Amino acid sequence: MQFPRLVEIRSSLTKFYYESSAFAKFHVMLKDPICHLTCLSATGIIFLVANIISVKNLTKKFDVFTAVDDISFDVGKGEIFAFLGPNGAGKSTTIKMLTTLLSPTSGSMSINGQDPSHAQDAVRKSFGIVFQDPSLDDDLTVMENMELHAALYSVDPKTRKGRITELLKFVDLADKVKWMVKTFSGGMKRRLEIARGLLHHPKILFLDEPTIGLDPQTRNHMWTYLKNVNKKEGMTVFFTTHYMDEAEKNADRIVVIDHGKIIAQGTPIELKKKTNSKTLEDAFLSLTGHEIRNEEAGAVDQLRQHRRAWGGRR
Amino acid sequence: MISLGNTGEHGEEEDNTMETIYTLWKRQVIKYFRSRSRIVGSLAQPLLYLLAFGYGFGSVFSKAGQGNYIQFLAPGIIAMSILFTAIFTGIEIIWDRQFGFLKETLVAPVSRLSIMLGRTLGGATVATVQGTIVLVLAMFVGFRFTNYSQVPLALLFMFLIAILFTAMGTAIASVLEDMQGFQLIMNFLVMPIFFLSGSLFPLSNLPFAMVIATRIDPMTYGIDGLRGVLGGIAQFGITLDLLVLGGITALFLAIGSYLFTKIQV
Repeated sequence: MQFPRLVEIRSSLTKFYYESSAFAKFHVMLKDPICHLTCLSATGIIFLVANIISVKNLTKKFDVFTAVDDISFDVGKGEIFAFLGPNGAGKSTTIKMLTTLLSPTSGSMSINGQDPSHAQDAVRKSFGIVFQDPSLDDDLTVMENMELHAALYSVDPKTRKGRITELLKFVDLADKVKWMVKTFSGGMKRRLEIARGLLHHPKILFLDEPTIGLDPQTRNHMWTYLKNVNKKEGMTVFFTTHYMDEAEKNADRIVVIDHGKIIAQGTPIELKKKTNSKTLEDAFLSLTGHEIRNEEAGAVDQLRQHRRAWGGRR
Repeated sequence: MISLGNTGEHGEEEDNTMETIYTLWKRQVIKYFRSRSRIVGSLAQPLLYLLAFGYGFGSVFSKAGQGNYIQFLAPGIIAMSILFTAIFTGIEIIWDRQFGFLKETLVAPVSRLSIMLGRTLGGATVATVQGTIVLVLAMFVGFRFTNYSQVPLALLFMFLIAILFTAMGTAIASVLEDMQGFQLIMNFLVMPIFFLSGSLFPLSNLPFAMVIATRIDPMTYGIDGLRGVLGGIAQFGITLDLLVLGGITALFLAIGSYLFTKIQV
């Protein structure tokens, strides 16, 4: 019997089959305990999916309000994963905890084998993120924004320029390197942010409502590119969206969260079957109800209003 | 968690603290020189103060036996423009936190302290440049150096004032959620710091309450030092000014860094 070459498997493959026995499974667990392997056995074949994100009993309380209430889920390596839910369901709070911006009240998380609350830098190196609100510096040029990111992530100075040019080509901004970001439309900013998020070769890309305000052309272009990187580099994509067709079309797997609790998870097909719905939108509505949510306007929303009133001063 | 280095779990990771500080410093400086309208706009106020107060009170001041008022006033106005620029740069973090570049830096694998230091040094450099421009303007209005060899020491005072108030702005922005408290800060912190610092009037022969207030105001020592260095008239002595100002600056840098590392987005 051959021993599995585990290190290679881990780094090169995302989902892999291994014709083997219980011994192989044990061996895998032993050598690679941080990978949180999920083993699904099917007729003598052990189907192994390495989880790149693993969340257990995660809870976040703000004073008396529980934003995230004891949730557990896993995201497989190389998966395109949709995290859906109505406004105020706890999506952004969860993303903030996963990306080290917020510390949880209780529960445990693992990102690429590391705990975001403790090994912050290791976790931060492993992901890229596109926030709900743009986080580019409007008063700098495209190239300056990219170079800043490269410096913060210690991207090798020798390959920096090449990598930046390559990414900008992919998002169709290569001819605008000297442009000020403030002259860009919303769609162009999004594309630039995606390029920036990919600059340091992240293993996971978080996208918090990335396609809000984008036209179908840009949205399509963006997803074609993301799927391509997902396939070629095995990069995991974790995204939230309010467009159900987008989730249906692109996600391998979906988790639906509401009132801080996970209420359903599965592939788009499974969710539709479970709720007897034709589309994911119907499935979503039957899971979360038709009631319109009133998200209390927090400091952020008030700031957003200020900002609109000031005509996007920054 | 305050740690200067890159606190990666893996030892092989390079420490990019210096590159982070330099990069963020450079960003502030580039942005400042790009925003010409902002430079010109923020020079109008100090110029107005110099002209209106300088010429308005000039004759009263000299009749009271205090000498040339412009000579006395200019260091105060230079410090004022540094104070405003510095505190605004610090407070800008409130905006930046939600809609700006700050979030991008907070998820980057660099220590919060290096982000804070880069931003603060950048903001302080900008404020010092702004102060230097006001100094040049003051010379057109009639201000004269007593000793040109003191210029480096003057720049040091200006830079210390700038760091102090950028750090103070950062500390405030780290605990405020939105811009609503801004007016409060202007009226109850920034303006008192300016008016109680002896920027406009001599610190001698004041009522007791004013003596206490002016001695508590950290800007008092900055202005007094600047006055001593630029015009040769320091109340407390340059050494004492430098020690007090340096100490308070270090203190606020520590407070600002601490609060900044505690920011949750």
